Amino acid sequence: MKVLVPVKRVIDYNVKVRVKPDGSGVDLANVKMSMNPFDEIAIEEAVRLKEKGAATEVVAVSCGVAQCQETLRTAMAIGADRAILVECADELQPLAVAKLLKALVDKEQPGLIILGKQAIDDDCNQTGQMLAALAGLPQGTFANKIEIADGFVKVTREIDGGLENLRIKLPAVVTADLRLNEPRYVTLPNIMKAKKKPLEVVKPADLGVDVTPRIKTIKVTEPPKRGAGVKVADVAALVAKLKNEAKVI
Amino acid sequence: MAVLVIAEHDNASIRGATLNTVTAAVQCGGEVHVLVAGCNAGPAAQAASAISGVSKVLHADAPAYEHGLAENMAALVVGLAGAYSHLLFPATAGGKNVAPRVAALLDVAQISDAHRVISADTFERPIYAGSAIATVQSLDPIKVITVRTTGFDAAGQGGSAAVESVAAAADTGMSSFLGSEIAKSDRPELTAAKIIVSGGRALGSSEKFGDVLTPLADKLGAALGASRAAVDAGYAPNDWQVGQTGKIVAPSLYIACGISGAIQHLAGMKDSKVIVAINKDPEAPIFSVADYGLEADLFVAVPELVSSL
Repeated sequence: MKVLVPVKRVIDYNVKVRVKPDGSGVDLANVKMSMNPFDEIAIEEAVRLKEKGAATEVVAVSCGVAQCQETLRTAMAIGADRAILVECADELQPLAVAKLLKALVDKEQPGLIILGKQAIDDDCNQTGQMLAALAGLPQGTFANKIEIADGFVKVTREIDGGLENLRIKLPAVVTADLRLNEPRYVTLPNIMKAKKKPLEVVKPADLGVDVTPRIKTIKVTEPPKRGAGVKVADVAALVAKLKNEAKVI
Repeated sequence: MAVLVIAEHDNASIRGATLNTVTAAVQCGGEVHVLVAGCNAGPAAQAASAISGVSKVLHADAPAYEHGLAENMAALVVGLAGAYSHLLFPATAGGKNVAPRVAALLDVAQISDAHRVISADTFERPIYAGSAIATVQSLDPIKVITVRTTGFDAAGQGGSAAVESVAAAADTGMSSFLGSEIAKSDRPELTAAKIIVSGGRALGSSEKFGDVLTPLADKLGAALGASRAAVDAGYAPNDWQVGQTGKIVAPSLYIACGISGAIQHLAGMKDSKVIVAINKDPEAPIFSVADYGLEADLFVAVPELVSSL
């Protein structure tokens, strides 16, 4: 079984995000970029499936600017066998990405597609579900655990209040939640090996996909600042404030 | 054109998140209809008809909808979508699962986590863990939106909408429900609680997390929450996690105990009305958003707080 794993290049988890003064977006010039953390979990899961013998090949895909090649090299250093970049300098929204991925699913015919549940930049949480819809595949989102057997995947999902288990027919789309696994550290020998793995570059037009945005960003602003309040001296002072000033208890 | 709210419910009653979503729907303009899709969900449909501002309830009843499987739910909603300008889902685990599937089938974009309605096609939503707020305009004929419930008040009662049955779509048979593990608790639901007591890694173990925070939560009738660090360390269950990738909460009172206050955590709770931080590190970022900061050892301060309430 072939496993396809889409990965996104995003601002690094630890970078403090700054809104541009002209309100056109956030400042991405000269900031550290990394693989979206949820996508790292998705790649790790796919590589573990291959190591267990449940998968035969892991293909990483990214849609975006030329620098996404670095993200794909990281995916191959974790253990993906090869990579495809759909290169596009324009803004790509989740629906457009899902359409690009659908075209690649048609071409590659994977048995399983694993994505991160959301990207930490736009926080959309859409692409996996959209891809499943467009490809006519079932979906197991927010996966905490997956088991493959007999043409089905059993997905333990994180839902409000606990967990639920679904049995889903393959091929299927799974999206990774935070605790599906802990991604391995990438080693130097694997980074070197990844440089030699095949990386194919295609354009949206090659896949026949129109990526025109359907949502217009009018402005991006700083969130309202919540001012620091006061420090209280002790528990008695805290209780007095909560009772008499805030009146919340 | 009307607005359709896809209700979150347990077949017997309507979940709170639906009420906030109805308020957002009213602000979009037009009549508000609510879809209750479930199995033996008559009582939930009746409850939906009593929500103020709702003019019609659509009730689809079939075994295929019992567990809200995305494939079946999306097929049903897509079949009804033609009559609506907006499809609104609460941004809960259930809503986030189904809404993008619906949007893609309709070939329209989705706006996630809208927390403010500017006009019928323009909305505000947080991005980058709430570090920035984007104002976005949908250019599509049907607006598919998940609603961040903390951005809207809950709709009241007093409505008397008609309940209309709608035919169920065929079961797609693509996935099946095996079971669930839902922790039974007498505490209020995290996202609906008026008071939340939340703990961080400083608690040190799951036993101490329970021993120290449970008495305070009991005394206040509060829900329990946790930071990602505490959940990662195994001190608290996954679904207690408050933050960018966990639950978004806005209670009247949020008491953060031993939580440093990473931006990803603040993203989940900074809209709380009153924030209390108890932390022994005077430099902890949580103090920069707290209304009342107590610089103290939580193992001393929290029991003292319990006994003085």
